[in-house]
Amino acid sequence: MNRLFLFLPLALFAVMAAYFALGLRENPGEIPSQLIDRELPAFDLPPIQGHVTGLASADLAGEVSLLNVFGSWCPPCAIEHPMLMQISRSGVVPIYGIDWKDPPGAGTRWLERNGNPYVRIGNDAEGRVAIDLGITGAPETFIIDRAGRVRYRHVGVITEEVWDRTLLPLVEHLQAEDMP
Amino acid sequence: MIAELGQFALILAFAVALAQSVLTFIGLRTADPAIHGFARAGSIAQFVLMLTAFACLTVLFAVSDFSVLVVAENSHTDKPFLYKLTGVWGNHEGSMLLWGLILTAYTAALALSAKPVEARLVSLTFAVQSLVTAAFTAFLLFTSNPFARLWPSPMNGQDLNPLLQDPGLASHPPMLYAGYVGFSITFSFAVAALIEGRVDARWARIVRPWALAAWSFLTVGIALGAAWAYYELGWGGWWAWDPVENASLMPWLAGTAFIHSLRVMEKRDTLKAWTILLALMTFSLSLAGTFLVRSGVLTSVHAFAVDPERGVFILGILIAVIGGSLALYGLRASHLKPTGVFSEVSRESTLLINNLFIGAACALVFFGTFYPLFITTVSDETITVGAPFFNATFNPMMGVLFILVPVSGMLAWKRGKLKPVLRKLMPALVAALAAGVLALWIADRTRIAGALGTALAMWVGIGVLIDIAQRLKLGDIPLKASLSRAMNLPLGIWGMAVAHFGLAITVFAITGVSAWKQETSAFLMPGQSLQIAGYTVELDDVRRFDGANYVAEEGRFAISRGQRDLGELVAERRFYPVRQMSTTESAIRTRGTGDLYISFGEPSRERGWPVHVYIYPFAMWLWIGSAILTLGGVLSIADRGRRSLTARKTADTTDAAREVTS
Repeated sequence: MNRLFLFLPLALFAVMAAYFALGLRENPGEIPSQLIDRELPAFDLPPIQGHVTGLASADLAGEVSLLNVFGSWCPPCAIEHPMLMQISRSGVVPIYGIDWKDPPGAGTRWLERNGNPYVRIGNDAEGRVAIDLGITGAPETFIIDRAGRVRYRHVGVITEEVWDRTLLPLVEHLQAEDMP
Repeated sequence: MIAELGQFALILAFAVALAQSVLTFIGLRTADPAIHGFARAGSIAQFVLMLTAFACLTVLFAVSDFSVLVVAENSHTDKPFLYKLTGVWGNHEGSMLLWGLILTAYTAALALSAKPVEARLVSLTFAVQSLVTAAFTAFLLFTSNPFARLWPSPMNGQDLNPLLQDPGLASHPPMLYAGYVGFSITFSFAVAALIEGRVDARWARIVRPWALAAWSFLTVGIALGAAWAYYELGWGGWWAWDPVENASLMPWLAGTAFIHSLRVMEKRDTLKAWTILLALMTFSLSLAGTFLVRSGVLTSVHAFAVDPERGVFILGILIAVIGGSLALYGLRASHLKPTGVFSEVSRESTLLINNLFIGAACALVFFGTFYPLFITTVSDETITVGAPFFNATFNPMMGVLFILVPVSGMLAWKRGKLKPVLRKLMPALVAALAAGVLALWIADRTRIAGALGTALAMWVGIGVLIDIAQRLKLGDIPLKASLSRAMNLPLGIWGMAVAHFGLAITVFAITGVSAWKQETSAFLMPGQSLQIAGYTVELDDVRRFDGANYVAEEGRFAISRGQRDLGELVAERRFYPVRQMSTTESAIRTRGTGDLYISFGEPSRERGWPVHVYIYPFAMWLWIGSAILTLGGVLSIADRGRRSLTARKTADTTDAAREVTS
């Protein structure tokens, strides 16, 4: 057997270890979002079945808003939903929705059953926009400021605690901020 | 006081492990016989010290001492006593302490069981094992101290994550760790063999029980994890290809390949360098699996809190253990010369194919798990690799492998003949085809995967039965003679047959659960009902009640099929105020043909409760199949091989003589 060949596992491991080291430099604990403080990627999504308006990135400018990615197929979204309904009823901040990878009509039926907290909803049936946004799984929520920049990304369910302690203070802070 | 005692025991364990390792390495050069005795005593001392530390932490949890940080963060006075105890390992620090405890338990078990053969090899194994223990206790002491104090101490704790307050999860980590850590023994033996530059069938025979024990524990651990996901997470999934699940699957795959190639090495004295590499890889993947999910490199729903400092330390340990052993492999593996020859058609060649397939499948899981990380480090994109990728690649690969299973078991070692084996397996082929067609016909004509899975399960299952029947000459000789053959059949053969039969059942269950599952959901008010697969599920009523540390809603469902009343099922939704989290306790009606699975969610005032009902065909056989699979592993442990270790001593001295002269 070629002796150099025996070092192949070590060489492969060295490459891996280098990647892990690089991976550690990324801020651990949060999934890094390359979008933070950047312009929201431009998109223009069609409406979901039975709705008239879709959702374009331009719709989110001018006001602090939440952008929530959901799908009728996603069990945690069902857990999160009552919280979104509560936020929408409180009127603190408008919520925009992206219906991710749902079969036609599934999102509409789901919202009819559970209530609709969204101002406008875009239909991302193929998941193209979700890729641009770097979604790792539903639900995910972005806070968008007046200038249309992403200011915060929350991965997973918005619980009451997350809302009260993290998201709501940030939203209020952004709303108090002057227009840049 | 108790916390300080535990801390002190931990420091001592670190010191003993370090001293033992260094002294053994030095002592072996001078060939001092006292070294071997010291290695044994030291190993037992390490275990006793770790056990003391673990007992201290357990007491701290039992008495709810909130001046200790991990207790305050993970316990609560109202928590049921059982979960106070299991809370010991429901957090990062405690679970790492458990890891260390099991590591030293294995070392101590080796010390107590090792026969006085191969003293040098065993002493070296102790030294490597102690080095791992030293690195590990250092990690605990410097970055994850379970005994750190909290001042001022709070009045009450923050409670354990409610999802972890479940009997399944209580037993899952110890089993899983017993599997992961068990492969440390085979790793240490492999490193010792590399240092010695010699490995043979005897090495394989010493190592095999350890490999099988670790493999069996890991199998149970993974099955318990899947069961926990199924019963506790409330959506009926049992495997989601989540990074943490993959982290346990990878060492299981590598370990499976390892126990198969060990067999080849034991029987045919070949595949040596490859087997050693598998031993190193299996433990490396176990380590990577345990740690990467904790270092923040990978994010996952299962991950505990992460801390960058820990990440650096963990990476250091990984580089030292994995990099060090692989470097040694590169330097020394060329000394491991095989003596057996390979012919294309033989049991060993099918086992080699098995190894290649499992190796490729393991690489695939590895790739799928880490690819997102690579992409984020080299570019601005973030991507995920999910179940569709694994289902489309991993499943077919395993499917092809399963075709080989019965063939391999029936082929002879050294030089086999394929034709007679295939002729004998004819009934299995017919049964498999019939089952596949039947599945397509009865269950669902659109799901080809369902038919393929059923056919494969039948092929493996019937194939194994034919193999055993052949070995017993069932039908060819009187029944009594067959029985006596059964008694004399080595346990290893029984183990193989049982494990492969368990595999067939598991494959069948996986097919049933994933290909033919049905689900429906609707909002129900009490008195309303929904239909699924011929069942009628009626919501009787929902009432609130208070649990020990939660408030709950209990939904009662009346189940009927046609006119027949099938009784009542009770599902729960619990809310844990301390953690502000809800969990579901699904109601499950288990039958051999499948589970009826009900969970319900947050009610809406006007429309009632959202009720999800699933039908999981043959779900019960997942657990039965994996239990039989494990039993196969356990049976094989008991097989000590035909010749005892000491009986081969003479052969060995001639081996050694030959080595000196060559």
